[in-house]
Amino acid sequence: MKELTVISGKGGTGKTSVTGSFAVLAEKHVLADCDVDAANLHLILNPQVQHRESFPGMPMVEIITEKCTGCGLCEQLCRYGAIKDGAVDEMSCERCLVCYHACPEKAVQLVDNVAGEWFISHTRYGPMVHARLGIAQENSGKLVTEVRRRARTLAEEQGKNLIITDGPPGIGCPVISALGGSDLALVVVEPTLSSIHDLFRVLELTEHFKVQTAVCINKWDINPDNTREVENICHNKKVTLAGRLRYDPAVVAAAMEGKPVIRLPSTVAGDIVSLWDCVRQELGV
Amino acid sequence: MIIAVASGKGGTGKTTVATGLVLVLRDSGHKVAYLDCDVEEPNGHIFMAPQCNESEDIFIEVPEIEQDKCALCGKCAELCVFNALLVTSDEVITFPELCHGCGGCRYFCPAQAVRSGRKKIGTVERGTAGRAVFVRGELQVGTALSPPLVNAVKKNQLSRGINVMDAPPGTSCPAVATVRGADFCILVTEPTPFGLHDLALAAQMAKSLGVPCGVVVNRAGDGRELIENFCLQEGLPLLMKIPLSRTIAEAGSRGVPLNQAEVGWDRMLLLLYSDIKGLIMSERAYGNQR
Amino acid sequence: MRIAVSAVGPALDSSVDERFGRCAFFVVFDEQTGDTEAIPNDGVNAAEGAGIKSAGLLLRNRVDVIVTGRVGPKAMQALLAGRLAVYTGVEGTVAQTMEQYRSGSLSPLGVPNARSHNGITSKEKPVK
Repeated sequence: MKELTVISGKGGTGKTSVTGSFAVLAEKHVLADCDVDAANLHLILNPQVQHRESFPGMPMVEIITEKCTGCGLCEQLCRYGAIKDGAVDEMSCERCLVCYHACPEKAVQLVDNVAGEWFISHTRYGPMVHARLGIAQENSGKLVTEVRRRARTLAEEQGKNLIITDGPPGIGCPVISALGGSDLALVVVEPTLSSIHDLFRVLELTEHFKVQTAVCINKWDINPDNTREVENICHNKKVTLAGRLRYDPAVVAAAMEGKPVIRLPSTVAGDIVSLWDCVRQELGV
Repeated sequence: MIIAVASGKGGTGKTTVATGLVLVLRDSGHKVAYLDCDVEEPNGHIFMAPQCNESEDIFIEVPEIEQDKCALCGKCAELCVFNALLVTSDEVITFPELCHGCGGCRYFCPAQAVRSGRKKIGTVERGTAGRAVFVRGELQVGTALSPPLVNAVKKNQLSRGINVMDAPPGTSCPAVATVRGADFCILVTEPTPFGLHDLALAAQMAKSLGVPCGVVVNRAGDGRELIENFCLQEGLPLLMKIPLSRTIAEAGSRGVPLNQAEVGWDRMLLLLYSDIKGLIMSERAYGNQR
Repeated sequence: MRIAVSAVGPALDSSVDERFGRCAFFVVFDEQTGDTEAIPNDGVNAAEGAGIKSAGLLLRNRVDVIVTGRVGPKAMQALLAGRLAVYTGVEGTVAQTMEQYRSGSLSPLGVPNARSHNGITSKEKPVK
């Protein structure tokens, strides 16, 4: 079993459009959307949810008004300023439970907290595991782990030999959870100064985790000079340059139609096909 | 005045809008500060070209165990929901990188064996870009906890003047920490189903924080009124549209701010500001009535 | 000696789990009594620090040897501080892995072989 993880330091570089097209081109694969904060893959693959499960977060606290004597101990102990006038602000609370343990009246109770949901779905481009995390919920790393685990189980059950993962942006905890143990990380970058700045941080990360890495430059022709710079970075860091995708309005048009861009007649489709060929060779599938 | 610039989706042009706004306000004589709260990937300096002359390390409180006082009762590890402590048969080991600084271990230790230590989570840099104040936070790589750093950046807000805060993308804790307490939140999006989906999440976040918001559409083209319809439906003001333009995209890729990318944008950004000011005023008036 | 194997299920014929911190069960053999017991791993639900929580669980259950697949640096530090011997190379079922361990074909692990789950640290510190 092989796993390809598509990532990008900076958000909005075209990660999901690339992943969506790979879903069309690949065979015998399972899809996993690990961008659990802002999942988008479902918008172009139109999944039919077949199984859904809620994802528990760390328990929340609630103050039982009848029991509270207003001693103010909880307010004084809370480092996050989450308790004011005997009420807990859910958005500030870190769920450390200090108030729960400290309250002399046992007026603080635990309440279950649903942090998000994950789904197993059917799409015309293969089965897909995806998830949605609630606003201001922690645990995105754990939800990513859960999505990847379900995708792996599903692939084993259905005899698939490839998992294509749409990773989260950034370099934080969720990305690390999405990368660990992956066979190939494909970094989608744009030839902009911001994206190049973030590429360094991502390459540092993949190097650190010893994940084989390839880079793809999206909209390479909007700034050929910066594109050359990215190519030089890849060369110096001995990272494979898997392909260049040209700027093509078809990408947005396809998103509007809710389709993978490769399904529309376009010039960029050829670029994506050769990118996929290269990625496939790197992966050995 | 505090204006936060946020977006559900990454790469929609948050920084482009935020820096453009700050630069035109500066050039028209306003007292203005740009605060980069995207501490994982701060990018605002690329457009602002600031001179930073001050740097402050930011710490959070983490436990230190006085092993000679410790009775190895295990209470601290039992209470720590972040699993930052481990009690073995002869010592307590701490894992500061997991600590969220809640102080529970110190408060509850029956032997008073927990001392307060500190751990660096990042730095806040202060400087100027012309007459504008520039502040940014940079998270130390390998740190999971960013809200305290975001709050440290926010401490540098001007008490009189306009503060523009560049929020991290998404709707997770650091984004919430940035938008909380702002007078207004600009939500930057793009007219695609992706942009719309993530805009809805960001709008929900601003709403639950009680921060009024409005929408800026970037890369506007044939959007089939996706965003317009959403704004109508949700009663959100559509503040500005930046067209899908190769000139602007190329300028952005070279680090040229929006107000210098094409003629006319300085005026557009000033209009954006006066619209926001109006919305804040009416929100206050309406809020007072309530 | 009490030997634990990270596993997907609680039984001898359960599949092993490569992950240390986030496995569902530890199946523990007591060499003195010949008993087997399964301990549900509450570390599996931790947002962060699952490996440390699991290490604490093993310590409380007086486990001497852990046989698993991947151990992160923090969990490794925790296990070694608790004086557990760590073996890797789980394969197949719990029973098969135990056989392998008894036959001496597994080698003890000196340094962590899974990477930190908390961003990049500038320099990796090998655990002694």
